Amino acid sequence: MDIQSCVEVRNEWDIVSARQLGRNMAKELGFGNVDQARITTAISELARNIYLYAGRGKICIEPIDQLGRKGLRIVALDNGPGIREIRKVMEDGYTTSGGLGAGLPGVKRLMDEFSIESTVDVGTEISATKWLR
Amino acid sequence: MQKSIRNEIIESILYVAGVLYKLDNSIVQMINENQETLKNIWLKEVNLFKDKEIASYTTTLKLSEDTDQQFFELLIKHINYNDISKDGTLDQFFDQVLHTGLPLKYLTQGLQIARRVILNMLVEAEMDQDKLSAFYREIDSWLDPILNRVVENSSQIWERTVSLQKTALMELSAPLIPVFKNISVMPLIGSIDTERAKLIMENLLNGVIKYRSEVVLIDITGVPVVDTMVAHHIIQAADAVRLLGSTCILVGIRPEIAQTIVSLGIDLSLFPTKSTLQKGMENALEITNQKLISNK
Repeated sequence: MDIQSCVEVRNEWDIVSARQLGRNMAKELGFGNVDQARITTAISELARNIYLYAGRGKICIEPIDQLGRKGLRIVALDNGPGIREIRKVMEDGYTTSGGLGAGLPGVKRLMDEFSIESTVDVGTEISATKWLR
Repeated sequence: MQKSIRNEIIESILYVAGVLYKLDNSIVQMINENQETLKNIWLKEVNLFKDKEIASYTTTLKLSEDTDQQFFELLIKHINYNDISKDGTLDQFFDQVLHTGLPLKYLTQGLQIARRVILNMLVEAEMDQDKLSAFYREIDSWLDPILNRVVENSSQIWERTVSLQKTALMELSAPLIPVFKNISVMPLIGSIDTERAKLIMENLLNGVIKYRSEVVLIDITGVPVVDTMVAHHIIQAADAVRLLGSTCILVGIRPEIAQTIVSLGIDLSLFPTKSTLQKGMENALEITNQKLISNK
């Protein structure tokens, strides 16, 4: 249960398996229906970003326990081109691929904690946490 | 008299043709002579491997007792031919084994054990180094094509299965069903990827023209996750339907999906949405000026 599970993201089907893993872990931890949907949607967004922009990377999901406070952390890692303007990316409606531009700001709203680190030409690491209420 | 001369000529030609032929012949002879011993060692090793590695296939183990025998006999039989596809029995056997659900590693391991067993026999026969290495090459050139064939067969079976399932999935992918006059429904089940999203758009637009639909209901009850990409495709599809002069109603939005859509900040206000297919249908009947009348 404490072991981190990772899913490699290389194609669209890997997004589905990352999602499935997240849903199962959320269910096991005792998250409700709505939070399960939030977590899976967040994983879906992060995994799709990896697939679209970096080509390949991985999604790691781990249960966390901080002084009895339980939660689930999603970490999205890639060695892609990186994000040049993080502030812009976090604005609603900003997109470089013709999408809705709601992905990253959406993930931030879906989850409780959100952090993003990115270096141009090196890669991106996004981590998002949802606490069990 | 003439016959024996011809035989002599053939033999001498073959002799001149190379050492390879001679080696091949003597090795075949050697294997044929020791066939029973080889077979027993092989069967023992294969069974050891089966107990250890494929114990989970117990239901098919009984069947594979005969399969083992057949496997080895076919292998021996094919030493005598140089061409593995000579009579197709080996291919048939591989197909049969793979279709019964035995793992590929049963076949590859079986071949490797055969190679090991025969090489052991040669080493024990104590011959000089040159001859031995020639034998090694000989055995490689006999077994490698068989191994290649096994892998090829199994990957072909897999490719066929995958492509069949893909076609089956495509057919289920995005059906548009005319329900009442001018009203059609598109029920979506399962994850939506880019390929499917394209199909949805195509089927939707073609169907709207074909069935002269005024109202199309897109039912997403069976879609597990609605993220920005899925929403984007649905919005585009609805927009395209609007351009054709019809109305698109999104139905089957579960409460948790509604919450995530709101959190994501997706604007779905451009077209009507309803919680269930039933409500959507009532709405659609209203739009098309139709009524359901119970026959009492």
